[in-house]
Amino acid sequence: MTKTIKFTIKHEWIVPLTDNRARIGITDFAQQELGDIVYVENAEVDDKVNAGDSLGVIESVKAASDFYAPISGTIVKVNESLEDEPEKINSDPYEAGWLVEIEFTDPSELEQLLDEAAYQNLIAEGEE
Amino acid sequence: MSQDALKRTPLFPLYEQYGAKVINFGGWALPVHFSSIIDEHQAVRGAAGLFDVSHMGEFLIEGHQAESFLNYLLTNDVTKISINQAQYTAMCYPDGGTVDDLLVYKLADDRFLLVVNAANIEKDFNWVAEHASRFAGLSISNISDQMAQLAIQGPQAEQILQQLTKTDLSQIKGFHFLQEIEIANISDILVSRTGYTGEDGFELYLANSEAPKLWQALLAANDAIMACGLGARDTLRFEARLALYGQELSDKISPLEAGISFTVKLNKPADFIGKTALAEQKAAGLKRKLVGVELLGRGIPRHDYRVLTAEGTEIGVITSGTHSPSLKKHLGLALINTDYSEVGTTVYIEIRNKLVEAKIVKTPFLTKK
Repeated sequence: MTKTIKFTIKHEWIVPLTDNRARIGITDFAQQELGDIVYVENAEVDDKVNAGDSLGVIESVKAASDFYAPISGTIVKVNESLEDEPEKINSDPYEAGWLVEIEFTDPSELEQLLDEAAYQNLIAEGEE
Repeated sequence: MSQDALKRTPLFPLYEQYGAKVINFGGWALPVHFSSIIDEHQAVRGAAGLFDVSHMGEFLIEGHQAESFLNYLLTNDVTKISINQAQYTAMCYPDGGTVDDLLVYKLADDRFLLVVNAANIEKDFNWVAEHASRFAGLSISNISDQMAQLAIQGPQAEQILQQLTKTDLSQIKGFHFLQEIEIANISDILVSRTGYTGEDGFELYLANSEAPKLWQALLAANDAIMACGLGARDTLRFEARLALYGQELSDKISPLEAGISFTVKLNKPADFIGKTALAEQKAAGLKRKLVGVELLGRGIPRHDYRVLTAEGTEIGVITSGTHSPSLKKHLGLALINTDYSEVGTTVYIEIRNKLVEAKIVKTPFLTKK
């Protein structure tokens, strides 16, 4: 199995931790676009989601934005520290600012996501 | 919309070098922030910030009947201000709804400058022109495209601006201004002690061509001043409960309801557009008014969210809401049924189909130290 980071076109990242478990967050590009993050309404443990479903809402000073499940599965852990320190998503989006962990059943869904190079291309195109 | 199709201020070419994140702001390409909304907000509360607000509209009203005309057009009493004095006022429809809120600058006895909201420039100009025809010898011109405006705001604004001019700025009192001032070797600047942040500060009006030079000179003058975007402008004006047209004010919301009744002079001798309706509204008692709400549960109140009672009856709507960077609370302004407007009343805000508890609090949320 691959432990490589994958990305969605909606700017979430997902990193497999084991064969059936992965950690999800939003990308550095996404946190920069949002600006100062001041509130997170996160998913709850045991929530069952399909790929593309909303997992919750991240609010910056300016606005509220949904974030989405890159793959289908059951939420098994949420980053509770974001309740008091949502700004971790700005300062450390790939580590301390992770959002949820998901238990998934269909690893092939991961294959449909973007790899790092494809994601960087997507951002570069958007900025032109 | 592609950014190429958006209107630009004369400062646009400089945004990138100062790190701006540019967004579509009502058809204008404007910086939402340069570094971070919160950092810029704190800079203005603690030291000074510089804003490009050149998108604002400016109209010149000239003629011997200019004052009479404006006293008919506007709800405040223009006859109360002297030359080099400014006044915050509203412009209403006959039914009391608001066309716009604006500043009037008395440049001379027969010459006034109106500063209007960018989103309303065309609507306002048509409205002004339509009513001007009743007054003889008036000249009205829309000079929005020739005029830039920079706002330097914060407790250190005077000190920093003073570094760049020989004019004694301490002589300019609040809501007063001086004309044809030289700053940073740029001449013919109107320097007004006004702002939209709840802090001391100045708004500087000048020709487009000189604006980039002034921007650069102000930011280079002192390490304490920070380039600020419209995101911080919004959180700053929100904490100070300064109305934003399209949110606290609209064609459906009167200045009385929006809590700016000090701009409505029902007792001024002149008749003015909206007077009858506003007088009736006042006599009957306002059915709704603008209040502050503080969230007790989790979430952030946002524009257009509904305000309800514990029983689920709708009693109002959030006009503006955000995380307050100064108070670190989640606050909103709400236009609410007067019966529920007393400070301390418990209300509920509907956030993504959930009711979140909130209480009515005093406004402005923050007052100048």
